[in-house]
Amino acid sequence: MFDLRGFGDQLLQGAAITIELAMASLVVGLILGTLAATARLSDNKVAQKIATLYSNVIRGIPELLTVLIIYFGTANLLMAIARQFGYDEYIEIGPFTAGVIALGLTFGAYASEVLRGAIIAIPKGQREAGLSIGMSPVKIFFRIILPQVWKLALPGLGNLFLVLLKDTALVSVVGLHDIMMKTREAVSYSKEPFLFYSAAAFLYLSLTIVSMIFIHYMEKRTNRWGGRA
Amino acid sequence: MDFEVIVQYFPRLLQGAITTIELVVVSGIIGSLLALPIGLARHSHRLWLKAIPYAYIFFFRGTPLLVQIFLVYYGIAQFESIRESSLWPYLREPYWCAIIAFSLNTAAYTAEILRGALGAVPRGEVEAAKSIGMRKVQLYKRIMLPRALGMIMPAYGNEVILMLKGSALASTITLLDLTGMARTIIARTYTPIEIFLAAGVIYLLMSMVIIQLFRILEQRSNRHMEVAR
Repeated sequence: MFDLRGFGDQLLQGAAITIELAMASLVVGLILGTLAATARLSDNKVAQKIATLYSNVIRGIPELLTVLIIYFGTANLLMAIARQFGYDEYIEIGPFTAGVIALGLTFGAYASEVLRGAIIAIPKGQREAGLSIGMSPVKIFFRIILPQVWKLALPGLGNLFLVLLKDTALVSVVGLHDIMMKTREAVSYSKEPFLFYSAAAFLYLSLTIVSMIFIHYMEKRTNRWGGRA
Repeated sequence: MDFEVIVQYFPRLLQGAITTIELVVVSGIIGSLLALPIGLARHSHRLWLKAIPYAYIFFFRGTPLLVQIFLVYYGIAQFESIRESSLWPYLREPYWCAIIAFSLNTAAYTAEILRGALGAVPRGEVEAAKSIGMRKVQLYKRIMLPRALGMIMPAYGNEVILMLKGSALASTITLLDLTGMARTIIARTYTPIEIFLAAGVIYLLMSMVIIQLFRILEQRSNRHMEVAR
């Protein structure tokens, strides 16, 4: 059914790479986003400044440029550092690693805004109630704040994931063999660009639809105890 | 870090930035003109009227911009009838292909924003307009659209920034926009960190200008609200 002049398998393999990249970036992005959101809401002025700068800079420059900077820049940076320690070999980071770092950074920057909004939306009284019955701040964070943040932030994070999924296509520019790269190979062989780029569009649309269904299911699940937080 | 390279090539980068601005402004104007009928049709209650805009918006929001650019630039050329048509001198140019892809893309996002705003016009205002005997055309021209335009400004500002960042993808079809120019310079000098960071700073400055611009526009289009309060 999905034969496409014999390139169907190749495209599906590319889709697997795209999904892997999206999932890995999601994990990195969620960690970075949580850290940045926590830093912005902390009392530490320096941490606040750094997190704000991170979020604003990343959100202000094109994702493609972030991918290029990470791919070409990180290796140079690592080599410069390694040279200080007397290591003169050539260091290279692969397109997949560069993609995970770049897309993770991007997702984290946007996610920090969503998470910050969600944390602010939790009434202060709940925190105080936790303190008054003797919970430690860490315990309050994990037992009271985080479960509710998840519920409030899920719609926003879901949208960001859909954006992330589409941004994975950019990593093909630095040579990752994802859907885009496989499509380009198929085009250069078959000379049927319209067919194959349409197939790529169809694949991305399917991934988007599956993600939307999944996000919808998760939202229903988190709201199963009824009402809004 | 070698700052001399940045100083030496700064004029070239600015030249690229001008192309970027051109792309954003031209496709922004075409895109918003397209978005008006699409958004209005999408807001309709009639199924046959909103079905096509729905599919259009879903396709352009569900697939990566990179796929859309390649579909226009490489895909269309597959058809002989297009290569022989009088439009071919334009469709052959990466510049016009980028403009077409960006316009269609931003039209989809803007139409969705417009639909949201049209749906958010208070019911009472619509009923008031109907009760004093306004016809449909009058209702939209005098009440719905002016109200919606005031509401979409913040969201449209975000969309313009997304468009600015998306315009970096023009570099993948050989256009010398800011990112394309940066990549060309790097191919000659091999100083990726310096040049990409300089390009990033220029993008940041452009985003900041856009944010300020829309803040002013938002205040202007909601002037009447101040008097009422």
